[in-house]
Amino acid sequence: MKTILLSCAFLLATSIAFAQSEKYMSTMAAKVVAVDTTFSPAGLVELSNSFERIADVEKTQWLPYYYAALTEINSGYMQAKGADIMSGKMAVIFDPIADRAEALLNKAEALSKDNSEIWTVKKMITSLRMMGNPMQRYKMMEQATDELETARKLNPENPRVYMLLGQDKFTTPEQFGGSKEEAAKLFALAIEKFKAAKPESAIAPRWGRGTVEYFMKAADKQ
Amino acid sequence: MRRLFVFVILFLLSVPVIAQRIAGFVKDTKGVGVPGASVAVKGSYDGGTSDSTGRFSFTTSEKGAIVVVVSAIGYKTVEASVPAGQAGGLSITLKEEITELKAVVISAGSFEASDKKKATVLSPIDIVTTASANADVTGAVKTLPGAQQVGESEGLFVRGGTAQETKTYIDGTLVNNFFYSSVPGIAQRGRFSPFIFKGTVFSAGGYSALYGQALSSALILESIDLPEMSSGSAGISVIGVNGGYQKLARNKRSSWGVSYGYTNLALAFALLKQIPEYPQVPAYHTGDANFRIKTSGTGMLKYYGYFSQNVLGLRRPSIDTPGYKDAFKLKNFNMYHNVSYKETIGRWKLAAGLSFATSADDVKGDLVDANNKTVSLAGMEDKSFSYDADGQYVNAKLVLDYRLKGLSAVRFGSEYNYSRDQNKFRRYTGVVYPSTVAEHLTSLFGEADVYVTNNLAAKVGGRLEHSAILEKVNVAPRLSLAYKTGAESQASVAYGIFYQDPERRYFPAQNGLDFAKATHYIAQFQKTNAKQTLRTEIFYKRYQHLVKTAETFGQTTATGSTGYGDAQGFEVFWRDKATIKNFDYWISYSYLDTKRDYLNFPTAIEPSFAARHTASLVMKKFVSSMQTQFNASYTYATGRPYYNIRYDGSKYAIYDQGRTKDYNSMSISVNYLPNLFKKNAGAGRYSVIVFSVTNVMGADNVYGYNYSSNGIRKVAIVPPSKTFVFLGAFINFGLDRREDVINSNL
Repeated sequence: MKTILLSCAFLLATSIAFAQSEKYMSTMAAKVVAVDTTFSPAGLVELSNSFERIADVEKTQWLPYYYAALTEINSGYMQAKGADIMSGKMAVIFDPIADRAEALLNKAEALSKDNSEIWTVKKMITSLRMMGNPMQRYKMMEQATDELETARKLNPENPRVYMLLGQDKFTTPEQFGGSKEEAAKLFALAIEKFKAAKPESAIAPRWGRGTVEYFMKAADKQ
Repeated sequence: MRRLFVFVILFLLSVPVIAQRIAGFVKDTKGVGVPGASVAVKGSYDGGTSDSTGRFSFTTSEKGAIVVVVSAIGYKTVEASVPAGQAGGLSITLKEEITELKAVVISAGSFEASDKKKATVLSPIDIVTTASANADVTGAVKTLPGAQQVGESEGLFVRGGTAQETKTYIDGTLVNNFFYSSVPGIAQRGRFSPFIFKGTVFSAGGYSALYGQALSSALILESIDLPEMSSGSAGISVIGVNGGYQKLARNKRSSWGVSYGYTNLALAFALLKQIPEYPQVPAYHTGDANFRIKTSGTGMLKYYGYFSQNVLGLRRPSIDTPGYKDAFKLKNFNMYHNVSYKETIGRWKLAAGLSFATSADDVKGDLVDANNKTVSLAGMEDKSFSYDADGQYVNAKLVLDYRLKGLSAVRFGSEYNYSRDQNKFRRYTGVVYPSTVAEHLTSLFGEADVYVTNNLAAKVGGRLEHSAILEKVNVAPRLSLAYKTGAESQASVAYGIFYQDPERRYFPAQNGLDFAKATHYIAQFQKTNAKQTLRTEIFYKRYQHLVKTAETFGQTTATGSTGYGDAQGFEVFWRDKATIKNFDYWISYSYLDTKRDYLNFPTAIEPSFAARHTASLVMKKFVSSMQTQFNASYTYATGRPYYNIRYDGSKYAIYDQGRTKDYNSMSISVNYLPNLFKKNAGAGRYSVIVFSVTNVMGADNVYGYNYSSNGIRKVAIVPPSKTFVFLGAFINFGLDRREDVINSNL
């Protein structure tokens, strides 16, 4: 009877653990797909909130915090389109978003050190902050460059590093070192890396390819 | 048994099926819906996000009473328990969080410059591209409201105050000899390059309890941190040569640098006629050294050291004895060392600074004849004199800052200022009159930033000072309030009492002297965004306990601290970078109404350093196709009063008076940034060619009048030359500052 009870308890425990991890994987997988297909600021905030809820339950997983930070910062980038960036007025909107994304990303980093994907989002946070008031904060570009370089060093195969390098080259005016040609090369390299990438699991970072293709199309039109 | 397992597993799996719906409304304290708020069921994946109207709805598998955590950007997070069975109609109120961006900034009386979080007015690039400033920090500050256009002596004369009433602080500590040693009738430059400072705060009154010993104004300079990269620089111009090197460590955690410059005005004076004769043209050796070490993620240790040695000798027609000339010779050696340390530990911030400075002046005056031979004429023997002035100064300051909830903070600390001024005055008789004045000033200060809401903030502080030389203690309260009136606008008021030691030259005094005292009342309105700034300020300032003097045996001595005065006025500042692309301009206007009775004034009169109306227009236009920036500035001030005040044996009286004509000066400068070197991978090189002309229209400006000792003759005090032309080329290896120039114009 004792053994039966013990094995019963064991089974119960594993089944709970199994159920939980399966619940984690399936809940995450559905949301990870949405990362690449959600473009509205409100939708991204909602996504970020749901990643954070998962993160707060699964306290040992870095991915939910990482995705919460990523979708949060993306909600800021989605508001940049058409805004008068040079006025410096966007700082009021971007800074709180960057603060929240940074807090979330710090939690992810505490669980996974020296992670190329996390450094990539760090760069995105710094760039958004810079865009809050470019006239006063243009020097932050250097910090962003350093962060992206760290991401590249940690994993030279990370396609998102080349995607962001390409975006910067694409959007920076030529007198400040931008170049459409170099951008095109970087986008091509990013696509190569995307093709070669083998994500560790169904929920590992895989986003970005659509963005690269969008920029390549935009480049073709010009 | 197997049945039991199946049952258990089924039970476990069936739990999520039973779900309850939770719905409600998230609003702020005014009842307006908060969009994008996260509503999370504690300990569960379940939850939702409020829509654009603040409403939310979601299902949860949790049963019974649950706790929801509600958070949104800009608001404080709250937890609410939802009793079992209550499904809808939840109403959650979020309180606004006080954040730096939204919060009002306490700004009355001060111009914050180059501070990322606050409105920028002047950056180092702004200073060097202000046409009239000649790359001098105070030259650029003079284009801001509150400052007078005084050209006959150095310093900032602010809101009816003398130059001695403005004090300069570098990294928190007082600087005793910010300007080159005085030369009669010619304003001297500040000693320090604008590029060593990242931020310049010019406060025309009402400043914080952290700063003392300044009756009128504080110029607060913050030195730069680590450079962006290693770089070398070299420059050549009509007035001299300079070179420097900055090395940033590979790990980017420390840096050191040195620079040296030699300035000699011989060439410039040969090309541009000067009114005085210069038997010794001004020549300067200056050098500096620095290191900066990042001691931790938030800690920074900085050192800056400076020395200069300069000589000058000039002769001007003597006003007292026609046909003869007054000769003046000056030699100065100056040193300045400043060490500062900053660190943040949790909610605590610590800032410590220590500075040490010395200054040695060697001055000689003579009367010479037409052949420049030294002569001694009966009644004019005192034209021959000499003096050595040696000063040693130590300033130490410690500030602790503790951050309370939100943005509120308390700050307190202590300051110690030591000065020892030794003067050996030698009369024509050969008799030496030595004097030594030493002062130990010990201060305690404290203040609190209280953010009542994002829209209302107060800064309450006080300062206590003990002076060893006066054997007196003063207590100075300070208060400012700021209220945000709109997204980009705010109104502020400030009040404060400010004390300052009498100038050292009035010690030792026969009768006891007291701290000079000023009380400031300021009201301000400002509207700012990144590209435009509008500021208006009105002020009233009351002076008490100013030094009064009398003459005993031909010597001017202090008789007591019974002088008084007041100043009132209003100021407007407008800067606009938005209206025209690549064009930046600012306009400032100051109205000043002031009178004082101090020193030898027989009664309260308008002092000679105060103009009623002062206005400046500064314009900068970058033409990217030419890689050239064109700068122009125009300054106008109404005439200033002048007096002939003489001692008649028992009292001072005004024998003659008048008002100078209006002051006008238009200056232009051109900065050409040629792409002399192709950008190599990584290492940027840039060069800039600077050409500037001050007072390009050649207006005849008069700063005031000197009278002969008998009052019969008067001579206008004019600049040593009408215009000044500067041409120079500067090359920088490693650091490309062109971007700074371009960006400052965006």
